[in-house]
Amino acid sequence: MASLDDLKKRIASVKSTQKITKAMKMVAAAKLRKAQENAENGRPYSEKMKNVILNLSNGISDKENAPKLLSGTGNNKVHLCVVMTSDRGLCGGFNSNIIKKAKSFFSKILSEGKELKIITVGSKGNDQLKRIYGDKIIENISFKESKNVNYFDAEKVSKIVIDKFEKSEFDICTIFYNQFKNVITQIPQAQQIVPLNNEDSEQKSLEESYEFEPDEDEILSNLLPKNISTQIFKAMLENSASEQGSRMSAMDNATRNAGEMVDKLTIQYNRSRQAAITKELIEIISGAESL
Amino acid sequence: MSEELKIEIVNPEKSFLVKEDVLEIVVPAFEGEMGILKDHIPIISFLKPGIIKIFSKSGDESYYVEDGIVEFKNNNLSILTSKIFNLVDLNKSKLEDLLKKAEEEANQTEISDQFKYLADQKVQVLRSIN
Repeated sequence: MASLDDLKKRIASVKSTQKITKAMKMVAAAKLRKAQENAENGRPYSEKMKNVILNLSNGISDKENAPKLLSGTGNNKVHLCVVMTSDRGLCGGFNSNIIKKAKSFFSKILSEGKELKIITVGSKGNDQLKRIYGDKIIENISFKESKNVNYFDAEKVSKIVIDKFEKSEFDICTIFYNQFKNVITQIPQAQQIVPLNNEDSEQKSLEESYEFEPDEDEILSNLLPKNISTQIFKAMLENSASEQGSRMSAMDNATRNAGEMVDKLTIQYNRSRQAAITKELIEIISGAESL
Repeated sequence: MSEELKIEIVNPEKSFLVKEDVLEIVVPAFEGEMGILKDHIPIISFLKPGIIKIFSKSGDESYYVEDGIVEFKNNNLSILTSKIFNLVDLNKSKLEDLLKKAEEEANQTEISDQFKYLADQKVQVLRSIN
């Protein structure tokens, strides 16, 4: 059994850990509010962008010659996966959820005999993936130095993706990120961004026809790269909100667990203190009796 | 009948500007400047670097944009852009920064014609503000 002194030290250390996790929770909560706000503010842009593209792709005259970013290369041999994770740990299942989702996707692709290329965004994802898929990772991007999610970073990522597409290094591109639902729920998402798939395009086709200047194809070929940046930016915003939310609930749990541990240790400490007192008393009494 | 239309400018981070009492908007569309009044037919176009001028009842405003898409429908004009500055906020040092960047872009050798054209355009517009 641990001595009284050990127990005392143990309690103190758990208590200070609790203090840290509590502080981290507070910080995450503050950051979460901001990240959530950012994610909400960013929504109109991506939504409008989506609408414009929908209208454009409905109005496109010649489907055969549509820009490759929209219609795809016609193949589906080489997959590029952009896995977006955080740069910091201690955020619960946030990173592992994305990785899990990505890994199951990877093994599906590989079992179909297709080629796989990976770009990791954020160092945590890279750490976890390089053990198994090290040879598949072609690029690792990290935005440790930028404090907030900004569009400039998203553009950097999308530029890499578009460059690779133009060199026909891949046919299909999918991004992995966590969608922020609420503080305790984040849903890992796999979203295909190249070629663009419009699942809900039918219902919107009723809308009036637009005048295009210059013609549809040219606008589309200008717009699609921008759309990729927008999608990536959206994913980054969702991701940062999810990260903070996940960290907040993880730290909340940690704080609670530390509290329980302190209680348990305190009981143990009190018991052994009492036991020591009783033992001393017994010794004294039996000593007196033997006289 | 009122002569007003609504404008909304959004950039990736947030909704940049919403105005409801606009009379006329001049945007630097790709094929030349384009003025939009109420009841214009629906149009989609994209922007080259230039100045957006907004004439409204509550005063006129000008913005410098580097790129963007404009969509007009039902007297709603939406402009999506990643880089936009209000000319009022654009002081000298900021302007010089932008100009320097644009000049650097324009002086690159290994760029496509279209990119070069856009970069030149930026330089030109920024110089004209000065």
